[in-house]
Amino acid sequence: MSQKGLVIKEKIVSESPRDHLIRKERFPHIWCPGCGLGTVLKCYVEAIAASSIPEDKHVVISGIGCTGRIAGYVRLDSYHVTHGRPIAFAEGMKIVRPDLEVTVISGDGDLVTIGGNHFIHAIRRNVDINVFLVNNFIYGMTGNQMGSTTPLGAKSSTSPYGCPEPPFNLPLLAAALGAPFVARWTTLHTRQLAEAMKKAFQVKGFALIEIISPCPVGFGSYNELREGKDYIKLFLENCIVDHSADLNKAAISLRPGEPIILGNFIQREMPSYHDFELEVFKKAGWLK
Amino acid sequence: MSLKIIREPINKYIQKIPLGLIHVIPERCKECGYCIDLCPKDVLTVSEERNIKGYRWPKIADGKASECIACRMCEWICPEFAIFVVEADRREYE
Amino acid sequence: MSSELRLLKPGTYFMMGNIACAEAALIAGCEFYAGYPITPSNEIAEHMSRRMPQLGRHFIQMEDEIGSIVAVLGASAAGVKAMTATSGPGFSLMMETIGLSAMLELPCVIIDVQRAGPSTGIPTFVGQGDVMQARWGSHGDYELVVYAPSAVQEFFDLTIEAFNTSEWLRIPVVVLSDEVVGHMYGRLVVPEYDKIKIVNRKRYNGPKDQYLPYSCEALVPPFVAAGDGYRIHMTGLTHDERGYPSLEIEDSHKLIDRLVMKVRKNSKHLWKYETLYADDADVVVVTFGITARSTEEAVKRARAEGLKVGMIKLLTLWPFPEDPVKIASQYARRLLVAEINMGQLIHPVREVAECPVAGINYPVGYAPPPEYILDGIRAAV
Repeated sequence: MSQKGLVIKEKIVSESPRDHLIRKERFPHIWCPGCGLGTVLKCYVEAIAASSIPEDKHVVISGIGCTGRIAGYVRLDSYHVTHGRPIAFAEGMKIVRPDLEVTVISGDGDLVTIGGNHFIHAIRRNVDINVFLVNNFIYGMTGNQMGSTTPLGAKSSTSPYGCPEPPFNLPLLAAALGAPFVARWTTLHTRQLAEAMKKAFQVKGFALIEIISPCPVGFGSYNELREGKDYIKLFLENCIVDHSADLNKAAISLRPGEPIILGNFIQREMPSYHDFELEVFKKAGWLK
Repeated sequence: MSLKIIREPINKYIQKIPLGLIHVIPERCKECGYCIDLCPKDVLTVSEERNIKGYRWPKIADGKASECIACRMCEWICPEFAIFVVEADRREYE
Repeated sequence: MSSELRLLKPGTYFMMGNIACAEAALIAGCEFYAGYPITPSNEIAEHMSRRMPQLGRHFIQMEDEIGSIVAVLGASAAGVKAMTATSGPGFSLMMETIGLSAMLELPCVIIDVQRAGPSTGIPTFVGQGDVMQARWGSHGDYELVVYAPSAVQEFFDLTIEAFNTSEWLRIPVVVLSDEVVGHMYGRLVVPEYDKIKIVNRKRYNGPKDQYLPYSCEALVPPFVAAGDGYRIHMTGLTHDERGYPSLEIEDSHKLIDRLVMKVRKNSKHLWKYETLYADDADVVVVTFGITARSTEEAVKRARAEGLKVGMIKLLTLWPFPEDPVKIASQYARRLLVAEINMGQLIHPVREVAECPVAGINYPVGYAPPPEYILDGIRAAV
């Protein structure tokens, strides 16, 4: 049907094409304007829509904090557990149900600060889960306290003189522990992020994606990044995509002239926990 | 600051440029501005109206009615699932 | 198929308490075990690490006790029976997650082989200092069930009962054993399997659009597992019937009321206890666990001396078996509470007793000899 001569206007609607994968009755969500978490959710939903794994087989597990709320917005089997523990919960679930595609989406404070022990051991075991770690450099939900990912010198409500500690270099940590898939993207790199998520679903073993996400209301208000557009500028000017980067240099300082290195850094095949367990079943006489 | 196209493709004049029809869910918008700032064709601006929470949602700026090329940057970046693009055949409109 | 690849056959055995517990869990249908080494519960994990893979079930040694119980809940959310075993310090680490188990209504079984505390205490020696922690250790309002065995056979029976109760009520259930019961060898009779009651959680398989994961229609809502296609949401936040976080007073009241009432209203079905000479006794000793073994001997000697003494051995500690203790207190002149701590179970006894209550407390580390309890009885008579 020809629409010639018609002035195109934006169309006001009430549903989006991906609404079947979100709990739309809970929208708008609780995250602040400019927060990157909605974009992470969007990328995850797109990755699921594009993946060949049935939606009913996807499970999301979150911990506590702003990112922890993601489990409550995605229309999949979703579990919102205690602070720092989603990886341990995911391990228990994946071990008894290897057919499920178990994904942990949680924050930096949750997964590598209070939950750091589970993080390193899950990678060491190479349990076949995906961990999408959203790093906003701060504890947002509790009022913008510093954490183990806050860059040295960055201000927060508990580091008024600047964060006195150096942060984790997460890709280096995960690579050193032997993770078969390690990537880092920002919420500005939406398509690359969704592609990495799709790859993570395919990976046999532990897949880590560190997602750098804006927090203009929290971290930003202490560090001259008060608007979403300040973060866009930061990402556009400082991000370098280098899939074969030297991860020793991948720490994030947020200082001028020191880039945020992005990419799908590690992609390798190795036996997962499931393979190790099958060996045990054989030795125990259960499997031939 | 926007993602401007700086490279001109050699087949620019024979290529069919897609047309995007922009759809908005005003009640979900929180006026973060990502869709407006990141549109490579500067198609969007803020509406005059406000939603129930007081935010102004995106609308097509004056004179930009057929500028959308359906790159979906706004759709992907929107943290609120509040905007999406449906691709149409440009020939039917021009 | 070698006999090792099956469940423990019906018959009579001479077995260690901790191993009887592990075999009971296998019979109860435990599909997942996660634990962290800690004395004096280790034999359970060691035995499970050998036996679970023989049956195609899952054993994992986690990085700590927090990870252990959280992994247990993850497995439970996937629809299988799961357990962990620990002792005092590890039990302390598990407290937050016991609250999560209660809130998400994910069944799990926790074996606490009590040792002397506080802190590291004497890891290889006995204690009964976790009575109050087992009940009140996690923050907020919730109820759970705590069983306390005093013999190998009871450890076996109560472990199966713990799985049954946790599946029935969708709650965490603790088996509060102790170092002596865990390490003692004793007689174990495994009944014919068809004589062993096994309970599995009630599953929902109705229409997907009508499922309310936390429906208040019944005290215990039917369960769906991850991957069942119901797109369930579970959260530790106070939630409504859909499982979504809620700040509404009505949702909070309904939820907390149900979490508490599903245990309280079934208390009488959950109480397990045994009495000895309690009908005509002037003095009744209320006790549990290994202390009950010493007490039994002390009560028998007291009777031989002509003292009118009886005892109540509690096999359920929580919900506290109020009725038997209350009735005993209406006939007796005095109740005594014998325990290896400085006075814990004495508090709920006092709460319901209608006669004076005194404690026979024995410092942690050692099981009280019968003479010690007998001295306490003589002093009370």
